[in-house]
Order: sequence, then C-alpha cells, then structure tokens
Amino acid sequence: MKRIESLNDFVIKFANVNGSGSASANELFAKSFLRMGIPVSPRNIFPSNIQGLPTWYEVRVDEKGWLGRRGGVDLMVAMNPQTWDADVKEIDPGGYLFYDDTKALPPSKFRDDIHVIGMPLTEICNATYTDSRERQLFKNIIYVGALAGMLGIEPEVIAELIGEQYKGKEKLLKPNLNAFKMGLDHARMHLKEACGLKVKRAYAVGEKIFIEGNAAAALGCVYGGATVCAWYPITPSSSLAEAFQRYCSRLRVDKETGKNKFAIIQGEDELASVGIAIGAGWNGARAFTATSGPGISLMTEFIGLAYFAEIPLTIIDVQRGGPSTGMPTRTQQADVLACAYASHGDTKHVLLFPEDPNECFEFAAQALDLADRLQTPVFLMTDLDIGMNQRLTAPLKWDDSRKYDRGKVMSAEELEAGKEFGRYLDVDGDGIPYRTLPGTHPSKGAYFTRGTTKNAYATYSEAGSDYVTNVQRLLKKFETAKTLVPKPVLTPAKVPARFGCIYYGSTSPAMSEALEALAGQGIFINALRVRSFPFQDELFDFVASHTKVFVVEQNRDAQLKTLLVNDAGINPASLISVLHYDGTPITARFITKEIAEIVAALNVRPIKKDKAA
Amino acid sequence: MTYVTKPRLHHPTLAKNRLGFTRRDYEGNVSTLCAGCGHDSISAALIQAFWELSIEPHRVAKLSGIGCSSKTPDYFLGNSHGFNTVHGRMPSVLTGANLANRDLIYLGVSGDGDSASIGLGQFGHVMRRGVNMTYILENNGVYGLTKGQFSATADKGSKAKRGQVNTEAPVDTVSLALIMGATFVARSFSGDKHQLVPLVKAAIAHEGAAFIDVISPCVAFNNHPGSTKSYDYVREHNEAVNRLDFWPSREAITVEYKDGQVIEVAQHDGSIIKLRKTHPDYDPGDRTRALTYIQQHQALGEVVTGLLYLHPEAEDLHAHLNTCEVAFNRLGEKELCPGAGMLEKINAALR
Repeated sequence: MKRIESLNDFVIKFANVNGSGSASANELFAKSFLRMGIPVSPRNIFPSNIQGLPTWYEVRVDEKGWLGRRGGVDLMVAMNPQTWDADVKEIDPGGYLFYDDTKALPPSKFRDDIHVIGMPLTEICNATYTDSRERQLFKNIIYVGALAGMLGIEPEVIAELIGEQYKGKEKLLKPNLNAFKMGLDHARMHLKEACGLKVKRAYAVGEKIFIEGNAAAALGCVYGGATVCAWYPITPSSSLAEAFQRYCSRLRVDKETGKNKFAIIQGEDELASVGIAIGAGWNGARAFTATSGPGISLMTEFIGLAYFAEIPLTIIDVQRGGPSTGMPTRTQQADVLACAYASHGDTKHVLLFPEDPNECFEFAAQALDLADRLQTPVFLMTDLDIGMNQRLTAPLKWDDSRKYDRGKVMSAEELEAGKEFGRYLDVDGDGIPYRTLPGTHPSKGAYFTRGTTKNAYATYSEAGSDYVTNVQRLLKKFETAKTLVPKPVLTPAKVPARFGCIYYGSTSPAMSEALEALAGQGIFINALRVRSFPFQDELFDFVASHTKVFVVEQNRDAQLKTLLVNDAGINPASLISVLHYDGTPITARFITKEIAEIVAALNVRPIKKDKAA
Repeated sequence: MTYVTKPRLHHPTLAKNRLGFTRRDYEGNVSTLCAGCGHDSISAALIQAFWELSIEPHRVAKLSGIGCSSKTPDYFLGNSHGFNTVHGRMPSVLTGANLANRDLIYLGVSGDGDSASIGLGQFGHVMRRGVNMTYILENNGVYGLTKGQFSATADKGSKAKRGQVNTEAPVDTVSLALIMGATFVARSFSGDKHQLVPLVKAAIAHEGAAFIDVISPCVAFNNHPGSTKSYDYVREHNEAVNRLDFWPSREAITVEYKDGQVIEVAQHDGSIIKLRKTHPDYDPGDRTRALTYIQQHQALGEVVTGLLYLHPEAEDLHAHLNTCEVAFNRLGEKELCPGAGMLEKINAALR
C-alpha cells in the first residue's frame, strides 16, 4: 500500500467536538511548527454552536511557505464519532488515520488504502484521571504529545508553549506538561514509525508574525486614529471589536489621567452602530463599525445618507456566507456587490480588499484616511478566512513620520480670512468639497446636513439641476478615489502569457500556489490581484492585453466579474469565472484543476519549455 | 420657503443677552410648516431658552430625524450645525456626535412617528446610555408629512380627521423614558411657553439624558373634536404638577421666594431649579411614584405636564466610558498613535 512520506509538507486535520477543549490544544500544536521555523497555516472550521456540534481544525505545514488551504488531508486526527465516516473518507490515499482505539471498531469503519494508527486515549485518561472534565481536557494534550512523538516535533518547543500558556497558573502547568509527556512517551514507544509525515527544524519563518486578521484590522484602527467604535455582535466580526477594546485598553489610556482616548459602544443593532459611527464622523472623530453581511443589509439606508451627505465612515465587513443568516461560521466573498452599491438611489462606494492580516492592518488605517479625504463610506472587505484564523504574515509596519490625512476641513482661521465656504462646492476640481466641523466659528461655516437634495451651499433645493450637479460631482469624486486607493498588484508569469487571472482578498495565498502549480504543468498565467474598487486603469490594460482572463472568486454569482462588466465596461466575453462557494476557503488544488481544465477545453496545448500556453 | 431670506436688520432697541446677542441671532430660516403649527411655537421657545441662557449659537449641534418636527432645526439657531438624519435614527447619530466632541451642547429634535414608531428602539437606548443631550419630542399624534395617519402616540379611541377611531394602545414616551433611564423627564405643551421655556433651559443645563415630550397640535390633521392632541383638548386636560423657574447659578436668582412654596434642586453644573408645586403630592425626585402618578392620571384622560423626574446628580455616557477631557475630534497622531516602537513590541509578542 502506498504510504505518504513527506518532510515539513503535509496537512493534518483534527475532527473534534465543539466545546471539548480541543481548540487550545490544537493551537498549541500549530504553533509548535512556527517555533521550529516551519510555516504553518491553521484554519478553524466551526459550527454556529457553543457546545456539542462537530468542529474541525486544519493545519497545513509547509516549509515552502504556502499558506492557502491546500485541499486534501494527509493525517486525520479523528476524535469525533459523529463525523467519523466523512472524516475517514476525506483522507488522501496512502494517508493516515489517528484515532482512539480504546473501543474496537468493525473493519467496515476503516478503509484499506489508508494507514490506521490507534492509541487507547480514553483508557489512558481513565487510568490517570478521576475527574470527568480532566479526562476530557487532558485527552487533547495527550494526543498532541503523541503527534509530537510520531512527527518528530521537538518536545522542548511544546513544553515552552505550554509554559507560556499557563504562565502564572502553576497549578495547571504541571498536569499539562505531564499529560503531554504521557502522549509523547506512548508514541515513542509504540508509534515510532507509524507515520511517514515528519518534521525537522527549518529556517523558513523568519520575521513573520502569527495573527488573526480581525486583530490586525483592530490594531490598524488603533494606529489609524479611530476613537469611536460602534458595533453589534455578529460572527465573524465580533472578535474585531473585541480586539479593538483589548488594544485600546493597553495603548489608548492616558497614563497621567487614566482616562480613555477611545469610546466603544455595543449598539442595540447594526443601524445604531453605523448611526453612531456616522455621527462621530460628521463631528470630526475617526469612527468605524465592524460587521458582516446581514449587518451591511441593515445599515444600507444609513450608508446612502453618508454617501449623499458626504460623511466619513469606515465599515469593516468580515464576510461570511449569505444570504440571510447563510453560513454564519463559514467564509465567502459574497458581499462585494452588496457593498459596492449599498443603499437606495445611485450609490457607489470605495472598497478595499486585503489579502492577509498585514493588509488588514495597513488598509484599516488607510480606510480611515480615505474616509476623511473622500468624505464618504469606505469598506474594508475582509472575510472569515482571514479574520478568524491565525495567519503567518509579514510584521506590521508603521512610519512614525506618517500624518493622518484629515481631508478638507475648513478651519476657523480660514473662514475668518474670508475663504469661500460652500459645503457641496467643488472648488478644487476633484469633486471633494470642504466641510466644517460643528462649533468651528461663531458666524461662518455653519450648515445644515441633510440627505435631501441641496445646492452647493447646502441649502434645501428640489431643483433637478441642483440634484444633477451634485450627483455628477459625486461621480467625479469617485474618479478621484481611483488615484488614492491601493493599486492592483501584478505577478507576471515567467514567460509571456496569453492568459490572465484576476483575484482578490483571501484567495491570494491559494492563488499564488496555484500559479506555480499551473506553471509546472506548462500553463503560464499573468496574475493581477485587485486591491480596491473603483478599478484603476491598470485593470483595463491588463484585461485588454490578454485573450482570456480568469476571475477567481469565492461566491456563486461572480460578483467582482459583474462589477468589472457593469462598472468598468469590460467585455464579459473576455472573462472566465472560477468560482468556489461551499463555505470552505478556496484551495490551490481547486484553482489549479479548474483552470487547467478550462485551458485544455480551449484547445491550448501546454508547452513545457519556452513558450507559454 | 427657505428661499425667502429674512432681513438681517435688527431693531436697535431689541433686548440683548449677556453675549450681546438679540433673539434674532438665534433664529434660523423661515419655517415651511403650516401656519399655527405647534412645532413653530416650540422653535420659538427654543430660541428664547438659548437666548436667555446666553449660549453661543455655534456651540450647539442640532440633530433630528425625519418628519415635520425634524425639519424644524432649520428654523432656529441658524449659526449652529444641524443634521437631518434618517427616520427614527437621530439618537444614534447624536450619540456618535456627542462622543466625538463633548464640548458642544446637543439638541435632538424628533416627532412621535420618528421616536415612538420607527425609532422606538433608538429612543429607548439613547436614554439607557445617558447621552448628555436635550431630546425634544414634538408630539402631535399624527403623521403630518404623509397627510394624517395615526402615529403610535395617538390615544386609543381618539378620532382621526376623516373619522377613523384609533384602536391601538398608545406609546407613552414619558413613561418609557423614565423606565429606560432618562435622568430628566418632562412633558409640556407647545401652547404654554411659560412652562416650556424654563423646562428647556433646565434640560440644557442637565448633564445627562434630558427628555421633554411636548404636545404640539397639528393644525392640518389633528386639531378637531375627537382628537386628544388638539389645542382645545390639551388646554382642557392639562394637569401641570409643577411650575419651575430656572437659574443658571445661585447668584443669578433675582426673585424672592417665600419659604415653603418652592422646592430647590441644584444640578451638577451649578444651576438651580426652583419648583413651585401645583400638585402637593407630586415628587419629581421619585421615579417609581412618578410612573404610577402619570399612569393613574393618564387613565383619567389628563395630560400630566411639568418636570416629572429629575436626577440632579446624573452621570452621562462620557463618565460611563471614562473618556478623556479633550474632545476626540481634537486628538491627533501624537495622542492616538502608539508608534512604530510599540508596534515592534507587538510584533515580537506574535512570534
């Protein structure tokens, strides 16, 4: 029988029961690779539940540094009888099944093309512990010990991690170390050669950090100067607001007075949350709200107001599967259209698409600048895959000379000096008017903000011409936005290529890996990672210079492609969608297979050597 | 009719306040509401109150929702910033604005459709949070701009202009504000300026969530026999539990009061309220009894007005959140950005 043999390159999946304490043990396991210098990317696949339902934790270990979901499973740690059959089925031929063999299972429960590794976990626990909760919790640490023994993870590394986890809680430290050792010893004695997956210290992690996108985005809001955060709990965005609270408590409390330089309001709903952010933005504070698709739906009336009344607003949408409550704990890129055109009437909004936690940080801070500069809602379009999983990412960077761009705010001095103020007057030709903050000047610069039609001086008007002038200026402002938002990133193929590929957001790591795999098959593709909407000229040039362009997305309806066709006027015949939308993160294997098949169907013969497909 | 510009010339003998402003300096654009609308009387009362308090107009932010009442901030305090937000959501926008700059005075103007129907949720929660504001609800029991539908504050059994009888129970905004935690709660009548102006002044001075429900008859759709929000009905059934005088400070008191006739309440900001009781058994310091009293008298068809509840030592949202004294909108990189060095430390802890 085939036996998968691999060093520093494999996928291990844990099948657990939600609430059984597996999460912290699994995280410990994942981190141990990083400490051994091997890149790892774990993913939580969890139910909308607190206790009892199945949950999975997939750990990809890859010295080459591919961080996307690979697809396939080399070793399944099957700890959940509920999902046993499906879990066993998922293992790649030649792969491994690690399970608790305390109770014998009939042969029909196994496959003959996989290697079965049993360990009497329950038996060991029952013999060691009397308390039922202890039996459950330590079982997790014991299997981590056994895996460490089988794979060759350095025990000191895990002991160090356990030490960090239970720092100050000495009572828990010792029993955890003991449980770990118990598992380790069992594996060393009984399972030494059971598994062909091995780990060896490497030097491929470097300076990288391990952080969730939501935490990074929250930190971006702290660095970007947000003082007001209003939110309503919704998976997968809740941990973003909670991280903002955590970082602010640490970084934004005035040392001398003990007073907070931030305000966080958990609103009664998403309408109130966005309303609070808009009120703060109107009054000159940097404010944001974090939500997910259903929250966006609720906010749309307010988003229309902010667009038309021109109020700075940052909305972080940690996308999940929709519609309705959809797949609340699974990932998708399915709010692209909902956000791009959010609200009634003619509206268009600035969107930013971060690829990883590093860009979550950078774009969150930038979104606050853009919102002030453009006086409009700006959406940070992240998703569950980036937001709720720890990801290896470049260290966060900040330039201390960087100044917040507060946009065009007319001061009392300027008003006093007689500078003309028209709240909706385009004085600079960029479509962006000046605003004044409430309370600026005793007799100049006050205006009445409204969502109703007004003239350039903010006076109520029902004249069609005033309306047209105003919404045309908003279009001009949207043009200006193109010069300010992050440009797309081109990854050229090694040789001139006829095919192009457009992708964005969390698809990025799987896409990079797929590009290399495709190149290995002789299919060369130039890739362009879109980082924002409105689209810039680079995108049009890119599409124009390729015969066909794949658009890879994680939604059913090809939403970015729709936007390209609808808003950028790109000929749909030149675009081919590659869509993944079952709620799991897109994989390199999926992209590679889809594109290779389409390329073959287009009758292009791949040539390995010097010519492109 | 905002295209009509009011003449800027003042009569030289117009009285001036401490800042040298006349009442005209507190006016706004010409009202576009119907002649005789109760809302215009409320605007006049607001102008009077701000003028008497010598508040610089530009230090006030006026926020409103949608509806006839919510149009009125355009008609007073023309040198203040105003924000006509979305229907029923003024409270959240006001909350955000207040967080951004704690140094301004926040005036929320809403109607009964805006606050008791679409905005009932936000109405309740802004009181819970204790946002420092004066929230004026211009209550006429009817949807004016959409021509005469009942609102949620219309009394059960009251009649619409075209004869339909309201069968639904009314939302009592005053009781609701009390339950939700407002620390200054009053009800008044647009036709009683002598009662309303001191109430507005005391509410502005109150450092917490201050709410005034002002019955404000709609002359176009709800001023007929059978309505319980008409001028005639409210005049006949107005049961004022007290009359009050407001003094910005103890030193400012210019009237001599005989002992035993008045109760004195000092607010957080040093202002003094002198309450002349008109109902001897009414105690505005007792929230639970106030609720019972209001309910009992409402059941008799009476409109209980006056200062219904006051918690003089109220704390506001900024106190709850322990925010810094400097307005958020004046904080820059120096105060807000933890800097590259700190980020290096954060990075190091994430390895």
